Amino acid sequence: MNQPSQESHSASSGTTEIRCDVLVIGGGPAGCWAALEAAGAGAKVVLVDKGYCGSSGATASAGTQIWYVPPDTDEREAAMASREAMGGYLSERSWMVPVLDKTYESVNRLADWGYPFPVDDKGAQQRISVQGPEYMRLMRRKVKNAGITILDHHPATQLLTDGRAVVGATGLRRQQGGQWTVLAGAVVLATGGCAFMSKALGCDVLTGDGYLMGAEAGAELSGMEFSSAYAISPAFASITKTALYRFAQFYRRDHSLIEGAGSARGRSIIARVLLTEPVYARLDLAETEEVKAILRRAQPNFFVPFDRRGLDPFIEFFEVKLRLEGTVRGTGGLRLTGLDCATTVPGLYAAGDSATREPICGGFTGGGSHNAAWAISTGAFAGASAAAFAHSSATGSGVSASRPPFTHTENAVDPQAIIKAVQDEVFPLDVNYFRTHAALSDALDRLDRLWDSISSATIADESQALQLRQAQAMTATARFMYRAALSRTETRGMHRREDFPKQDPAQHHRLIVSGLYTITVRRETIDPGVYREAAE
Amino acid sequence: MIEVLDTDTCTDCNLCVQVCPTNVFEAMPEGPPLIMRQTSCQTCFMCEVYCPVDALYVDPDAEAVHGLTVESVREGKLFGSYRKAIGWHKETRHRRHIDDHFRIPQ
Repeated sequence: MNQPSQESHSASSGTTEIRCDVLVIGGGPAGCWAALEAAGAGAKVVLVDKGYCGSSGATASAGTQIWYVPPDTDEREAAMASREAMGGYLSERSWMVPVLDKTYESVNRLADWGYPFPVDDKGAQQRISVQGPEYMRLMRRKVKNAGITILDHHPATQLLTDGRAVVGATGLRRQQGGQWTVLAGAVVLATGGCAFMSKALGCDVLTGDGYLMGAEAGAELSGMEFSSAYAISPAFASITKTALYRFAQFYRRDHSLIEGAGSARGRSIIARVLLTEPVYARLDLAETEEVKAILRRAQPNFFVPFDRRGLDPFIEFFEVKLRLEGTVRGTGGLRLTGLDCATTVPGLYAAGDSATREPICGGFTGGGSHNAAWAISTGAFAGASAAAFAHSSATGSGVSASRPPFTHTENAVDPQAIIKAVQDEVFPLDVNYFRTHAALSDALDRLDRLWDSISSATIADESQALQLRQAQAMTATARFMYRAALSRTETRGMHRREDFPKQDPAQHHRLIVSGLYTITVRRETIDPGVYREAAE
Repeated sequence: MIEVLDTDTCTDCNLCVQVCPTNVFEAMPEGPPLIMRQTSCQTCFMCEVYCPVDALYVDPDAEAVHGLTVESVREGKLFGSYRKAIGWHKETRHRRHIDDHFRIPQ
């Protein structure tokens, strides 16, 4: 058993202090796989989650397809080639190969652990998708049984550094009150992306916390312009499962068909119509009772809102909206320096949606399959590297917080108002989906001013501390997004510039942002490798 | 949003307090937990599927409260319906294996 040493919980002083080898921040799939891999390498591991490891994050409540491809040369070739054009040729096969390998191996382990994969008519298990509650309940069990300390409802608020490397983090004990500190040989950020509390399914906990903490410690981010992912959902519900909308057609209020509108290629047509009038959907392309039954068994949660309203989505029209999923389904995040999933800061690793998914997706991902594979594989890579780093480094002295202390104590702000202000800049389709220089720079000006007024703010009431931190993280994330979006004067991947509607071969590079008070942008070239520049 | 906690069925186990990712519930020194921060609910249905006695009901609307009652949810036979659908109820265990993703026509 790998029990962390020197653990002390003090109710009287309201603090928890633990020393361990690897601290994993975030208990979704990426965090769980990271923790398991690190523990497997002999490290003492602590996993903290803002909510509950097992129910928190985009996967647990949703479920997802997985980029699970058997090691067959032709199948792998087809799998790698399938998304390269959509992603704007910003992905790299040097990443796809190990990600596919590790995902295949890990999903097979899930089967060994008893995950109830369905069986086809020939008796063969089908391992291309998992149901969220089932998957994450199993992951929590495995993490717990590996002797890893799980601290639920322990949001991290800042990283600790010794001047050279990241050596832990501190945060809040939001149910007992007080604070926690974990000193660690290495830290893995697995905090997910940022969906700006849009009520996309399970995503309100994904507020970009890892981006902010990483940037404060000096880490770079990449691909933040690929952050305009919106999911289709019923207007009256939070279920942002989009796969089944492949069987939908979309209509105006008078029930006239919107030509070309669809969940995949035609989502921009839906967005365009939504700028001026409501849009309705009906799953009328699922024509037979057999297909309807398959869809119900494939995604039980998709049907929950309809069943609860007594509405039949196969025959009745229902209003839909687009909910921002930001970088959860977008691809931006902390920049990784290599397959070890290291960030640019020693001792700090990133996995899952908190890391940029460009290496396998470029500037676009559709559904969850690549995202799930990314969480599984980078979780494992980061966990292993963090354990190795912790093993080779001695924790230094002179530990300090990576962000400046609060200074303006008289400057108390309302976190709810900040969150609303950020949402007003990132939700509108005519700013974030259909991007222009004018709208982006106006929004960025306001966000920069907002940042200046809240970056060192305090709250009136200690119970708002987490909310303020989340509001700051969302503000920072929005600024990274729009700063990068302004710099990419072309349309590539999901990044759509109305004023630059074509892909520009001269911009076949990544955009790296860093800094908080002043955000700088630099270019990073991509090994062209096997790619041809898109001939759009 | 979480709308109903059936205090007659609730066993005060406080599992919902633990599993809610957005910390909506508050454990009480005695008796069932309270729905303390209803507007923090992200409508993910996790409390519902974890509740061992089907005492919770989450309405699909993430933005507005509809004022449902124990009676109205019971009448609609909605308590525990999602837990049953995903095979987490004793009587529906076979459903854990029925993920038909691979059968969806391409």
